[in-house]
Amino acid sequence: MVPISSPHDDAPAAPPSGAPLLELTGFSKSFAGFKALDQVELTLRAGEAHALLGENGAGKSTLIKCMTGVVHRDAGRLSLDGVEIAPRSAEEAVKAGIATVYQEVNLAPNLSVAQNLFLGRQPTRFGLVREGEMRRRATAVLAEFDLDLDVAAPLERYSVAVQHIVAIARAVDQSARVLILDEPTASLDAHEVEILFAVLRKLKARGIGIVFVTHFLDQVYAICERITVLRNGRLAGSATTAELPRLDLVRMMLGRELAQATAPAERAPLAAREVAGAREAAFATFENYGKAGYVAPFDLALRPGHVVGLAGLLGSGRTETTRLIFGAAHADSGTATVDGARVALASPAEALHLGFGYCPEERKTEGIVAELTVRENIVLALQARRGVTRPLSRREQDEIAAKFIRLLDIRPPDPERPIGLLSGGNQQKALLARWLATQPRLLILDEPTRGIDVGAHAEIIALIRRLCAQGMALLVVSSELEEIVTYADEVIVLRDRAHVARLTGDDITVPGILAAIAEADPAQPPPAAAGRAA
Amino acid sequence: MSLRLPRIGTSQVVALLAILAINWVVSPQFFDIRLQDGRLFGSLIDVLNRGAPVAILSLGMVLVIAMRGIDLSVGAVMAICGAIAASLADSHSLPVVLAAALGAGLLCGLWNGFLVAVLGIQPIVATLILMVAGRGIAQLITEGRIVTFTSPELAFLGGGSVLGLPTPIVITLALLALTVLIVRGTALGLLIEATGGNARAAALAGVGTRLITLAVYAWCGLCAAIAGVVAAADILGADANNAGLWLELDAILAVVIGGTSLFGGRFSLVLAVVGALIIQAMNTGILLSGFPPETNLVVKAVVVLAVLLAQSPRLKGLGSSLFGRRA
Repeated sequence: MVPISSPHDDAPAAPPSGAPLLELTGFSKSFAGFKALDQVELTLRAGEAHALLGENGAGKSTLIKCMTGVVHRDAGRLSLDGVEIAPRSAEEAVKAGIATVYQEVNLAPNLSVAQNLFLGRQPTRFGLVREGEMRRRATAVLAEFDLDLDVAAPLERYSVAVQHIVAIARAVDQSARVLILDEPTASLDAHEVEILFAVLRKLKARGIGIVFVTHFLDQVYAICERITVLRNGRLAGSATTAELPRLDLVRMMLGRELAQATAPAERAPLAAREVAGAREAAFATFENYGKAGYVAPFDLALRPGHVVGLAGLLGSGRTETTRLIFGAAHADSGTATVDGARVALASPAEALHLGFGYCPEERKTEGIVAELTVRENIVLALQARRGVTRPLSRREQDEIAAKFIRLLDIRPPDPERPIGLLSGGNQQKALLARWLATQPRLLILDEPTRGIDVGAHAEIIALIRRLCAQGMALLVVSSELEEIVTYADEVIVLRDRAHVARLTGDDITVPGILAAIAEADPAQPPPAAAGRAA
Repeated sequence: MSLRLPRIGTSQVVALLAILAINWVVSPQFFDIRLQDGRLFGSLIDVLNRGAPVAILSLGMVLVIAMRGIDLSVGAVMAICGAIAASLADSHSLPVVLAAALGAGLLCGLWNGFLVAVLGIQPIVATLILMVAGRGIAQLITEGRIVTFTSPELAFLGGGSVLGLPTPIVITLALLALTVLIVRGTALGLLIEATGGNARAAALAGVGTRLITLAVYAWCGLCAAIAGVVAAADILGADANNAGLWLELDAILAVVIGGTSLFGGRFSLVLAVVGALIIQAMNTGILLSGFPPETNLVVKAVVVLAVLLAQSPRLKGLGSSLFGRRA
């Protein structure tokens, strides 16, 4: 049991730019041959908030887990105050002085605030918990953070922000020197973020080093002194916040070399652009469409043979936009019309009947039904649209499956194989086939090329072009900006859950998109058509 | 319509044959069947006849479990519907009696479906409500007594015979055929398997998962009502305390023995009925062997354990690593 220490007696009053507090070098970790971390290093100084950034799969979570001993690293040294440590579990890491607070607060909501603060290390006398003493100390600890709570009340009575601060107070009170915060602000509103930041500033003044994982760039510049960026398990760069302008940071995160990004992007003319002399009218339009706390209201028009790309960082509201349009989430403002008639989009089933299709980003949890066969997965949406009483005969199913297995080159070409046994790229093709079988007017693709091999990647891009040429409207979310640039007729850039810019024609370039993503100044109006987005 | 004869069904059929063989060893006249007064008699016919209520229950339960749900209330629903049938049998015509009993079962199923599909309550809790309350409702209907009746029309459903086969067997076979027709003859089977396998993916593919959930629980209630009427017709009365008692567990067991996972997804109607017959064959075998009937419970527990072990992926992994094969 860790003795209770008054939080302010042993914290060294190190200057904010002091000597390295935590140093990690040469961190590597492989999972089944896949390199999740490759020679990553990070130096945290006392009194510093250090942003750890990167897109999905960059290795942030793995790095944190390796630091705290939750996952055993393959190689690498970790030292705290110059002394090498090797925690083998989260508890050992806490004892060594490294505490972690996760996005989902790991506390017991039904216990009191005081009990949560001192869980597992309650002050006791003769083996009995001294409730009064515990409450007194809890009040004192929270007063440090300007928090005046009824410490006897259950934790769940307080807001998520307060729960976060209690979790942080608990971590710091356990003599933490290093505090790791994994997306602490993901579920907080602006005011709550300010309260949290006030706490973090106090901690910095006390010489505690903070590792701050987030997707919100504004917050990085508001609170952090230094930034480390990971990309594909490698160190993409590390710099002080002052030395790293936003645009460079976004480039670093998305992996665009300056030379590459500024080179004129190759824009292949789409067949639709050549054929369609007159621009076809929009068949589906969204006006002031949005949902509070989800995506700010936006305008969007979808035309046959027209590809709209959604670009932005992780968590910027791209997926949320697609879910609103497909009826998987429900808008609380604005109107949607299809062929001039207002539609409610209350469910995916309704969207399906309107001729929409949707390949979600989370292929395994929201796309495939793993134990069903490739054939059954392919016919699922078509069958759902036809309804229960009009089953596709087995022969029709076989024909549809065979057709798409041939057309999209799904391997192995066995329609009776459970789809869960296929590779990611082939699962994705089968999901595309599911929607193509319904002959949709609008196909929404959320990260269609994520996590699939290079060959399948190229085939899916080629397919997007072909579909477009056949007059299908496409809405594509992608982190691969070079890809978006080659096929999109219009690119909408999102930031902090709002549509902030709309690029068309020759404005669609990788540097142009990067600049829009990195755009910092809210006073400066976005380039086009996003007036209501604020 | 494809009957989907089981890629995996051999083990259940082999188990049933093995138990029947053991019964034959224990009681050499097990397979003797004789015709008496136009009705077949014999131990094998007995297994089928006594197994009918659980087999009928399992035809509803298998669909609920395929949707990753469970229905604990079917035993209580049997008691309610049996009580209604027995109370009305001597004062009303058979169609009225059946309409009332089956309608009540349908309502019970819709109630469960409403709790699960619309209010989003966990199935085990949602159906627990009716499991507890249902027996009370049945007792209110019978006013705490054992209600008996003399109506020969209703009695025929339990004790009569059609072309020599006892009516409960005929009802079970007819219901099996009807269920296969409804589920596999339409797209319902595919949509149920998709929803049970991955509800989020199915919903995003446009499947009306909520309506299907409601329908499946309603069907399960209807099956329970039929089982309740057959059970009441068999004993010419309704005992609200004991009718269908613990049969929900037998029905769940039958479905699991039939190879349908409690995690939902793939299911087989025929094998669920085979599972019910396996359970009844065990019951009959123990009675024939002269062991005290209490042993039945222990034997059943061993069979459940064996089935679950056979389905456990971890054990399969262990087995394949022990024997040096790749999973």
